[in-house]
Amino acid sequence: MDVFQVFIELAQSTIRVSTPLILAALAGLFTERAGVFDIGLEGKMLGAAFAAASVAYILQSATMGLLAGVLVSVLLSLVHGYASITQRGSQIVSGVAINFIVAGSTVILGEAWFRQGGRTPALSADGRFGTLALPFAETLRDVPVLGPLYSGLLSGHSLLTYLAFLMVPASWWVLYRTRFGLRLRAVGENPGAVDTAGISVIWLRYRAVICCGVLCGVAGAYLSLAANGGFTKGMTAGKGYIALAALIFAKWRPANVLFACLLFGFLDAFAIRYQSQAFPLIGKVPVQLMQALPYILTIILLAGFIGKAVPPKAGGIAYVKER
Amino acid sequence: MSELAIELKGIDKSFGVVHANRTIDLKVRKGTIHGIVGENGAGKSTLMSILYGFYQADRGDILIDGRKRDIRDPNAAIAAGIGMVHQHFMLVENFTVLENIMLGAEESQFLNAGIAKARAELRRLERDYALEVDPDAVIGELPVGLQQRVEILKALYRGADILILDEPTGVLTPAEADHLFRILEQLKTEGKTVVFITHKLREIMAITDEVSVMRRGKMVATRRTAETSVEELAELMVGRRVLLRVDKKDATPGDTKLSVRDLTVRDSRGVTMVDGVSFDIRAGEIVGIAGVAGNGQSELLETIAGMRRAASGTVTLSGRTIDVCGAADPSELRRRGLAHVPEDRHHAGLVLQFTESENAILGYHGDPKYRSGLLLDTQAIRAEAEAKIAAYDIRPPDPRLKTANFSGGNQQKIVLAREMERDPQVLIIGQPTRGVDVGAIEFIHRRIIEMRDQGKAVLLVSVELDEIRALSDRILVMFAGRIAGERTPAASEGEIGLLMAGVEDGGEAAQ
Repeated sequence: MDVFQVFIELAQSTIRVSTPLILAALAGLFTERAGVFDIGLEGKMLGAAFAAASVAYILQSATMGLLAGVLVSVLLSLVHGYASITQRGSQIVSGVAINFIVAGSTVILGEAWFRQGGRTPALSADGRFGTLALPFAETLRDVPVLGPLYSGLLSGHSLLTYLAFLMVPASWWVLYRTRFGLRLRAVGENPGAVDTAGISVIWLRYRAVICCGVLCGVAGAYLSLAANGGFTKGMTAGKGYIALAALIFAKWRPANVLFACLLFGFLDAFAIRYQSQAFPLIGKVPVQLMQALPYILTIILLAGFIGKAVPPKAGGIAYVKER
Repeated sequence: MSELAIELKGIDKSFGVVHANRTIDLKVRKGTIHGIVGENGAGKSTLMSILYGFYQADRGDILIDGRKRDIRDPNAAIAAGIGMVHQHFMLVENFTVLENIMLGAEESQFLNAGIAKARAELRRLERDYALEVDPDAVIGELPVGLQQRVEILKALYRGADILILDEPTGVLTPAEADHLFRILEQLKTEGKTVVFITHKLREIMAITDEVSVMRRGKMVATRRTAETSVEELAELMVGRRVLLRVDKKDATPGDTKLSVRDLTVRDSRGVTMVDGVSFDIRAGEIVGIAGVAGNGQSELLETIAGMRRAASGTVTLSGRTIDVCGAADPSELRRRGLAHVPEDRHHAGLVLQFTESENAILGYHGDPKYRSGLLLDTQAIRAEAEAKIAAYDIRPPDPRLKTANFSGGNQQKIVLAREMERDPQVLIIGQPTRGVDVGAIEFIHRRIIEMRDQGKAVLLVSVELDEIRALSDRILVMFAGRIAGERTPAASEGEIGLLMAGVEDGGEAAQ
């Protein structure tokens, strides 16, 4: 096959696989820059995926599904916020608890409501986010080089994918160009500075956590309404954790988040495409090794290649006034 | 009498069982610098936090410019024209100066709109008060003195007419402190009111117009600075007469106990911090090392204590050479009769999460007298801790209490008791009274003199020149890693100050 064609296909699937990672990593970016660590991205995504698929099936509407996913994810975020901001509990424990509760309850509710072994019924076209064709995609398809790039790579993704990529500059703008962003970054570094400036640390952190919930909700809805046609149990398959890894790899910066997620997405896409193919010199690589490749590389990259990643200084610590 | 900027009436505040402020009255006149002194825990910071809206008083009224104000939160304080410079700076280290100043006073939802205005306002403030600072510098890369200036600018930017400074000089070098005082004088001439909290009496005498003294949650007196004295203020603070001058006999030095030759130490970046230093200390004398912080004293102390490796040179302890360039480690040095009170007790002297009794044996926990079989002999440890608590008047007298819950002075006494009671040959002490109350300082100084009189060789490093002059029998002045000169305690402050500033005299420099 044409090398260029292979590249286009690989890039196309990289974008698809990266979409939920980008959304989840940006979700983590908002809460962690505000000083609330969130290991529960995975659980929120999964809960949102389930809620989105269920509502989309019942109401036959992808939009309602998306809203339901966002709502559930925001509610789970508020639980995390209540535990870790208001009650000053351990942010790790709260996040892990959310992951476990969601992993179990989605299966139980799914079985109780739909009786399909924890799945939701397959969604019709109305319940799904179809692919969008960009203007002139068909007309330009045959133009050499640019045609495949535009029509094959940039066109033909779900609305949520375009939204995810737009969220990268949008997040940057919010964090670095608005008052909310300035305060959010400050509260993750030194909540005392925010408090003495007369700003509520608690309310600021809650707002950051809600931003996280919204983005995680979109990520989950993408999984069940766009990438797949319904919910299957455990369908996030560790994407929330990979997003956290990408966030660290990106040193908590929006533009870097995009590249880190694309890299992890590429590794995944590569593994899917080449898992049964023989390579020159090496021969056929066991499927299991190919599937593990993204995770192995994640470890190597995180261990050695990112240099010093300094997390927000007040991250993980509940704010208590002196005494 | 001019009008009042601040009037506090009957302010009362308790935290659980701790009665931090007891019906406090305070009057601060407009356009003056008003000092508030008191020992640690006297309630100064609590009172100021109430004024700044950080805490709410249980009872009492706050009047600003003669009007009663309800200061529920820092916003209300800012609106009333009150600004505060906290002891631990409330700055975001990875933000620029400009971002820090704008935080909470951004003008609009979008930053760009406010930035130009903030820059212009900042330039005006810099011009009016001689507070130069680069608005685009990142806070974490600025020296402490400049960070503090940013805190002052933050308050002025918000339109503060009353500026509260909580222990502002604790983190500053003497030169930076002088600069701060000039800034405060400038603020005063511009009509601002300054409230200056400290436990350093010299600073009170140097810059304040009036001074109020707090003791154990009560306001005990207010004086015009010109009509009071350091002795009177110290007595008011502690509640009894305090000997500010240390009485001591002349030293009767014996054999050389610690001998340092051509010691050179480099830090992790390879910068030479100690540069060919040589000196001897004999039994029964105190050698003080004076100098502005950062001139190699810390590195010298750490190297002799075995915490840091030297690049070259030798150290001889009681006649035996210590391998300071290689294998020397603190536990070996301790076995050979060296005791070390580190400069930074939180970093190197104590584990704050441990109990008092655990810290009282830290580093000596391998000693058979604290062991019973494989386990620690908790009873023996407890008994010894109680004996030390009694001998050093450590308060509260509870060996089971977490060390973090002791005040700075009592924490320092825990370290001193541990090191002094080992009966060492050589005692090296860094900053013995940093963050320690007047009353405890007197006690610590007396103990150091006692150690000398028992025939110990004492090496004392302090950035407080008064302390060096009061305790030392000989003074070495360090500048840029070298010994710039040796003086007797009788030498004038100006003479030693010149050496500290690097004006070296050839004759008496390192042997």
